[in-house]
Amino acid sequence: MSKNDPKDLKVVGKPFRKVDARAKCVGQTKFADDIVLPRMLYCKLLRSHLPHALIKSIDASKALALPGVFAVITGKDLPIPYGILPVSQDEHALCIDKVRFIGDPVAAVAAIDEDVAFDAMNLIEVEYEPLNTISTIEEAVLIDEPRIHEYGDSGNIHKKVSLEFGDVEEGFAEADLVREDVFFYEGNTHLPMEQHAAVAHYDSDQKLTLWSSTQTPHYVHRALAKVLGLAASHIRVIATPNGGGFGGKSDPFNHEVAVCKLAMITGRPVKITLTREEVFYCHRGRHPVLMKIKTGVKNDGAITGMHFQTFLDGGAYGSYGVASTFYTGALQTVTYNVPRYKFQGLRAFTNKPPCGPKRGHGTPQPRYGLEVQVDKIAEQLNLDPAEMRRAHLVAPNTVTANYLRIGSMGLGKCIDKVVEGSDWKQRFSGWDRSKRKLPYGKGIGIAASSYICGAGLPIYWNNMPQSGVQLRLDRQGGVCVMCGSTDIGQGSDSILAYIVAEILGIDPFDIRIVTADTDLTPVDLGSYSSRVTLMTGNAAIQAAERARESLVIAVAEKLSVPIENLSLAERRVFDVENPEVGVTFAEAVVLAESKFGTIGTVGSYSPPPSPGKYKGAGVGPSPAYSYSAAVAEVDVDPDTGIVVVERVWIAHDIGKSINPMLVMGQVEGSVYMGLGEILMEEMAYRGNRNVVHKFPSMLEYKSPTTMEMCDVKTYLIEDPDPNGPYGAKEVGQGPLLPIPPAVANAVYDAVGVRIDEVPLTPEKVLKALREKSRGRDGRYGPDAVPAVEWPEPLRVLTPAEGGDGREMPRVAVHS
Amino acid sequence: MKQKAHITFKLNGEQTEVAFAPHKTLLEVLREDLNLTGTKHGCELGECGTCTVLVDGRAILSCLMLGLEAEGREIKTIEGMAEGVDLHPLQQTFADLGAAQCGYCSPGFLLVAEELLQKNPKPTRMEIQEALSGNLCRCTGYIKIYEAVELAAAQMRGEEMELPHESIFGIE
Repeated sequence: MSKNDPKDLKVVGKPFRKVDARAKCVGQTKFADDIVLPRMLYCKLLRSHLPHALIKSIDASKALALPGVFAVITGKDLPIPYGILPVSQDEHALCIDKVRFIGDPVAAVAAIDEDVAFDAMNLIEVEYEPLNTISTIEEAVLIDEPRIHEYGDSGNIHKKVSLEFGDVEEGFAEADLVREDVFFYEGNTHLPMEQHAAVAHYDSDQKLTLWSSTQTPHYVHRALAKVLGLAASHIRVIATPNGGGFGGKSDPFNHEVAVCKLAMITGRPVKITLTREEVFYCHRGRHPVLMKIKTGVKNDGAITGMHFQTFLDGGAYGSYGVASTFYTGALQTVTYNVPRYKFQGLRAFTNKPPCGPKRGHGTPQPRYGLEVQVDKIAEQLNLDPAEMRRAHLVAPNTVTANYLRIGSMGLGKCIDKVVEGSDWKQRFSGWDRSKRKLPYGKGIGIAASSYICGAGLPIYWNNMPQSGVQLRLDRQGGVCVMCGSTDIGQGSDSILAYIVAEILGIDPFDIRIVTADTDLTPVDLGSYSSRVTLMTGNAAIQAAERARESLVIAVAEKLSVPIENLSLAERRVFDVENPEVGVTFAEAVVLAESKFGTIGTVGSYSPPPSPGKYKGAGVGPSPAYSYSAAVAEVDVDPDTGIVVVERVWIAHDIGKSINPMLVMGQVEGSVYMGLGEILMEEMAYRGNRNVVHKFPSMLEYKSPTTMEMCDVKTYLIEDPDPNGPYGAKEVGQGPLLPIPPAVANAVYDAVGVRIDEVPLTPEKVLKALREKSRGRDGRYGPDAVPAVEWPEPLRVLTPAEGGDGREMPRVAVHS
Repeated sequence: MKQKAHITFKLNGEQTEVAFAPHKTLLEVLREDLNLTGTKHGCELGECGTCTVLVDGRAILSCLMLGLEAEGREIKTIEGMAEGVDLHPLQQTFADLGAAQCGYCSPGFLLVAEELLQKNPKPTRMEIQEALSGNLCRCTGYIKIYEAVELAAAQMRGEEMELPHESIFGIE
């Protein structure tokens, strides 16, 4: 990397507007549903109204007879299964022999307009044979038949994981205090403002183009090639700007496959835009997670061992669920020292919309449980919860018990900032309730967290880079950056422009950005796992440095100055010792093109290898970890149970802000989404089998408006990470994580009740207060987890025990 | 075949004629029959505010208004907010301050904010929150939107205003 002294940076670290910001404010941005092609047909999916049933027959003859209907397809037209993970290829574009949740699609119609498509959809006759349903984790554990899927670890258990790093029992034996707590985190959904939409076009040269609001065009490309039986080289996927994603547009979806097939059959473009209700059925949101945490600590709060059990309600399909399961057990070790760690996780299939990755993928749930338990431990040990956390942080440049390599680690500074900002020491009452500092009903609480900056391993095994950037310089001085990354509103297009502009010494608004088009751009795996700034940023640096190299060689020759004297800034290439000696950027490109031929460069990024080599070590490693700490201040009305979050202080260890204004926007947006999760959002189900979605509309699914959003005081901690571009780490997901537990801990400070279940609704607060007034412990939450037979854990010696990152050979146990 | 309705009205300052199926909402007429796709849809039931347009200067939800009701009215959409190539101060500040992340809800917020500033050139933070409370944004946490409205309001009053350093860089 060339210029890394922040004083020399002209673009990086500056609050430029986003390169696409104006288009978004004048109505020019073309989202997927804004695309209209001549002769375009409209698609509707017929979705199952039953939660679990065999499909006996489908009769589409009446629909096909309706004027204006061009085609109807069913499962037999698309028999090849797909799924985001290679281990869970369990979806069909249209169900073949059975439906697994209310909303599972069984047929697709293409018609002259949306009204005709809707009428035709209602004319399709499907005969079902209902099956018993599985609605909860507890049922899935107990009931093996009927199986929702014919694969998985057993019955309706999709996946069971059991890992042990060091001997946790030894850890508990050393402890002064061992606590066991049970928590439940209800599922919730992304609720992007834009409903998913897609347009497919199959041209006369038998090439297929799909425009779609997807976060992962590369994975959609792969899935389409597989399901449609077309050569991937004949398929082009263009991700349109996403009107919000948050993880909800990261799977290949039924409707994307269906419009492609219909376009191939009819020879006309086909569009689908999901209704809001359908978006709730597509879901892939936060898994409901029941968890049990057993933690041993010394009297000073040092953790001696932790045993973490999670039970995930996966819904009806695999989606990212195996990864989600591992994520519920991976990042417990990266904040406070956990010398011995055991994780057991289970994902169940249920007859509900499939769960998957939502902002924070698999980590907000365990982080909630962990941070609330840490608060309870602090109370039992009579320690200040901020100081106790601060005293036992993981050290930078170390490897955790489960073999995650920590680089930079700014959590200590984060805690210091929010403690200072919130005036914690003067306002937190401590644990003696007779010595309150704030009036009854007012409280503050603290929590800390960490998140990955990109997954260390790709979703499908390969040795290729996770991100590629291609740069083209033209002789008029134009620069085009091409990258497969997808802007979902976070500003990933802008990050490419800022970094390339920095290195080439031009203005970011001079640059043309082409992204998320599988025909034109090198692969980037997609906008998930907070990977984009770190990975595309590093790839962009490499591509731009290579272009810079060609320019300076050519200019140095022309001006007869040493290469190392040349600087690129303000659209010029010049001698730093004699700045008037130089050429314009465009002249520099002409010189380089004259010397070397057409100027195009590439850059790519692969994460460093992880020290973990055991089975299951693929989830958790990351090039870097971001850290956050938050203090929440709440006002709880003991008569109504209503919790108002008045203010949040949050500090985020960003490494280095490529653009601080965009970082602030991600922090504030994460706080907002965390507030929604802790206070109100839930994917709840009703009906006598508890599988009918209770709120498939924006009216009933409550999310925070301006009136519920709190004041946010943000601190950015800049401690550059050697693996980040200019030292940058992630910010899109991490700052959500401390919010739910900080609020729950503040509620305890305010009124002395523990709500061990998310969302923390007024009803639960009132129930807990009532319990407390009856002399009981004033807690609301689950009491137990299901009894499960876990597989013998895979045992790994920790680094401190001299382990090499591999599992120990299994030893037969003789009893 | 369907009988199309036919209306005339003023759209973004221009006299406009359009024919459409009479059951269509104003949102559908704007998007599908007039190709003004800047107006977005989010919930289909009047909850999210994303489809907001100005009808005779008042912010209304175009998903709850029939196209037929536009006859003779004056309607402004996001496409009509700028004067030629000059952005409205709100559009400028929304872009400059990161008030538009994904940008999907931005047209609705911008038009509601325009109506607010028409009526109340110097709104307090609380008045801005109340005015915008019918619009949902899932990206920003609303804070950058408040700041953009405050900055645009100051500019429209001809006042100098600088955002606090901490809004953009965080607290030191």
